[in-house]
Amino acid sequence: MTALRNLFLGVVLCFLSAPLIVVGGVALNSKKMLLFPPKGLSLRWYEELFTASEWLIPVKNSLVIASGASLIALSVALPLAYFLWRYRVFYARLLFSLGMSPFILPPVITALGFLSFWVMAGFYGRMFATVISHAIFFVTLPLVTLSLGFESIDREIVEAAETMGADNTAVFRTVIFPMVRPYMLSGAAFTFVLSLNEYIVAYMVAGFTVETLPIKIFNSLRYGYTPVMAAVAVVFVLIAALIFGLIGRFGDLPKLLGAINPEE
Amino acid sequence: MSGLLFENISKHFGSVIAVQDVDLHLPHGRFVCFLGPSGCGKTTLLRLVAGLEPPSSGRILLDGEDITHTPAHKRNFGMVFQSLALFPHLTVGENIAYSLKIRGTERTEQARRTAELLELVQLPDMADRHIAQLSGGQRQRVAIARALAVDPRLFLLDEPLSALDAKLREEMQVELRMLQQRLGITTIVVTHDQREAMTMSDLVVVMGPDNRIHQVGPPLAIYRQPADTFVADFIGTSNLLPGTLSGRGEVSVRETRLKIGETPDDLAVGSQVSLSIRPENIIVRPGAIQGPNQLQGKVSFVRDVGSNVEIYLECQGLQLTSRSTPKGRPDLDQGDTATAELPPEACVVLTS
Amino acid sequence: MSTPLPRGFKAHLPFFYPALMLGIFFLVPFGTMVVISFFQRQVGGFYNPVFDPSNYRNLFTPLFGRVLIFSLFLSALSSAVCVGIGFPFTYFITRLRRRAQVIWMVFLLAVLSLSEVIIGFAWSLLLSRTAGITNILVWLGLMETAVSLVPGFGALLMGMCYIALPYTVLVLYPPLSRLDPHLPEAARTLGASPLKTFFTVIIGALRNTLVAVFIMAFVFLLGAYLLPQILGRPRHWTLSVLITDQALYQSNMPMAAAMAIFFMAVSLCLVGLTIYLGKSRPGGKAS
Repeated sequence: MTALRNLFLGVVLCFLSAPLIVVGGVALNSKKMLLFPPKGLSLRWYEELFTASEWLIPVKNSLVIASGASLIALSVALPLAYFLWRYRVFYARLLFSLGMSPFILPPVITALGFLSFWVMAGFYGRMFATVISHAIFFVTLPLVTLSLGFESIDREIVEAAETMGADNTAVFRTVIFPMVRPYMLSGAAFTFVLSLNEYIVAYMVAGFTVETLPIKIFNSLRYGYTPVMAAVAVVFVLIAALIFGLIGRFGDLPKLLGAINPEE
Repeated sequence: MSGLLFENISKHFGSVIAVQDVDLHLPHGRFVCFLGPSGCGKTTLLRLVAGLEPPSSGRILLDGEDITHTPAHKRNFGMVFQSLALFPHLTVGENIAYSLKIRGTERTEQARRTAELLELVQLPDMADRHIAQLSGGQRQRVAIARALAVDPRLFLLDEPLSALDAKLREEMQVELRMLQQRLGITTIVVTHDQREAMTMSDLVVVMGPDNRIHQVGPPLAIYRQPADTFVADFIGTSNLLPGTLSGRGEVSVRETRLKIGETPDDLAVGSQVSLSIRPENIIVRPGAIQGPNQLQGKVSFVRDVGSNVEIYLECQGLQLTSRSTPKGRPDLDQGDTATAELPPEACVVLTS
Repeated sequence: MSTPLPRGFKAHLPFFYPALMLGIFFLVPFGTMVVISFFQRQVGGFYNPVFDPSNYRNLFTPLFGRVLIFSLFLSALSSAVCVGIGFPFTYFITRLRRRAQVIWMVFLLAVLSLSEVIIGFAWSLLLSRTAGITNILVWLGLMETAVSLVPGFGALLMGMCYIALPYTVLVLYPPLSRLDPHLPEAARTLGASPLKTFFTVIIGALRNTLVAVFIMAFVFLLGAYLLPQILGRPRHWTLSVLITDQALYQSNMPMAAAMAIFFMAVSLCLVGLTIYLGKSRPGGKAS
């Protein structure tokens, strides 16, 4: 049975890593062609990514939008998750479901919604519109991680703090906040990583004026191949691996992802 | 040889030793308890029997047949887990009939057997209930019925009563014992509660923090003649007095020489020993009395719980606990002078 | 602690800010889209604020119908395959030692960071004639010549599964890791082989979770916009592609909005139907 299991895991591993290998290989190609296996190895595409302004601007845009979106999404998700955990009133649950909706709907619909909104509001094409749109679009992520986080708090700990004289604010500051902080981090990390890669909302809301990296990549794919886009993908994967690897190394990743049982 | 045989069994997980050097023979039809503190390896040993883990070394034989490498689902042993592990998506009846269904038993036979088992565990007509609707005690019985469905050769239970409240636990101890006697099935129960082991078993296997077996035997034998200080202390309460063997039949504790019943043959005069004596065997009298096996001291505490009285004495720097029934209670209070008599035949000499 | 009811403005503060944000930036956009779907199209611009329900009438064309059905079918099939792979996969992962689990999860999270366009591009390369895996098959002697497997339905299916797999695993991870490990052990002591255990106990106990994950993956895959264009032929283009096309390239926002709303309504109905069917089956209630 173990042999079968390992075979299965191996096949899935190959399936999952195949595109990674391809992309990695393409990014190393010495000629300006999307070839795999690469003919000749070169790091020039990484160089270009980090020096050419036609790439640096989208990189900057994407980083700014991703950071802004994570912070705003977190700021919306935290009080909501806290409120729902504290008081299980129906309107809190309702709002929570509303918070889950943006991500559950097909992105094109949400994107269209944002497009209509910003056009009506007169802010179509502005960067902050993209930031806010991403924040709301991704608010589901910190909402989910934070609800996991709050769920993991033993209510008796809160009660103990109260008996020692802590009021609501003090309890939040000294007990709850430190306990959910890792989940805030993972929620923000998810949002950041996904925002960097998000195409359609960014495209619809401000695609022609604010060029993010995914937009640039898709344009490149259509109008002129360059392996720089593969280099971008590799960098993104490495960033994600780094962020989550750090969380895995110094934090309790299984717990953050929802496991309760400690490993035997 | 018939019965269950462990031959030189060891189990470790990585660098952690769970069980070491187990050589054990369990005859058929007995109620056996694996008893010990947490972490001593008793659950691991049970899981080795069930086939849920392979031993790191050694063999397990059942009636002479080597089952060490037989997979769990072929061993035909019934097991009740500590968490009960009832299938939440199946009804009571479906849970019980699970093993029969797996074997392709006919529907009518499944129903008949299920009804039979429900009768046995005193839960008639509960076949269509959902697990979530049952109380703790009822779930317990369903788990037992489920394990017994295929007439297993061995009946294994991992701390089956630990989740029950005290009164229910005591009732279930008696019920389990009676069930086992009625079916005549070889049963192994893992428990950390020595009262439970004493109540239910024919044979107790005591394991210690060193993950080895310290003693195997009938409950009363272990109680009266513990093999070492660990067993003496773990089973019931015991007074353990450090001393030296000052001669055959004599142990020197502090300045007093105490006569003892039996001296182990291989023990040299002058060796360090522990003298073990059970509280109920110490006779306490008021005042300072001289004589053989009399220790003078002062009463430091009296605990009267209604059904028995415990008197704590301090004698020559040693703490002694004695226990007696209300009728036999000496007329003593805290601070009084008293003498403890340690009858020779109740003193057991232990070397480790 | 019996959960008290919040009293007063101060207690409700944590509620107001998210409510405001979600209200303004989600409900309103959504409402705007509904409104616009009834508006008239303005060639060269966005829309004319004139009430015109013809958009919805125009939905009932064979083309729209065919694309709608294909989109639903593709999502359902991809979701089924994805969950079929993801469920046992996640189960195995949750039984590994902690260290191994962390490594796998970091790997999955890194894969998560690949955007749809990169995935599409990578698979189009992997399945192409010149550089693709068919070359390996030729080298192994299993095929005569290398062929291009892309664009095609199979390629698209593969890409869809790929993109949904990390999410599926992440959603399955909590319930599977919380599954009582004694349940499969109990099944084994009752005589069930590992395979039988998996099907009768593990899948059985997590039946509701499976349905929920399937729905989640289904809805998620409905949103695939770039993959059908990169890995599929025009006849494989889904509704999401059509909607975006209408909105941006045909400058027909009202039409796009109408299609989007209809699309969503149909999906919600399907989801509701699946949940309803799941609940009415015996044993489906126990969760």
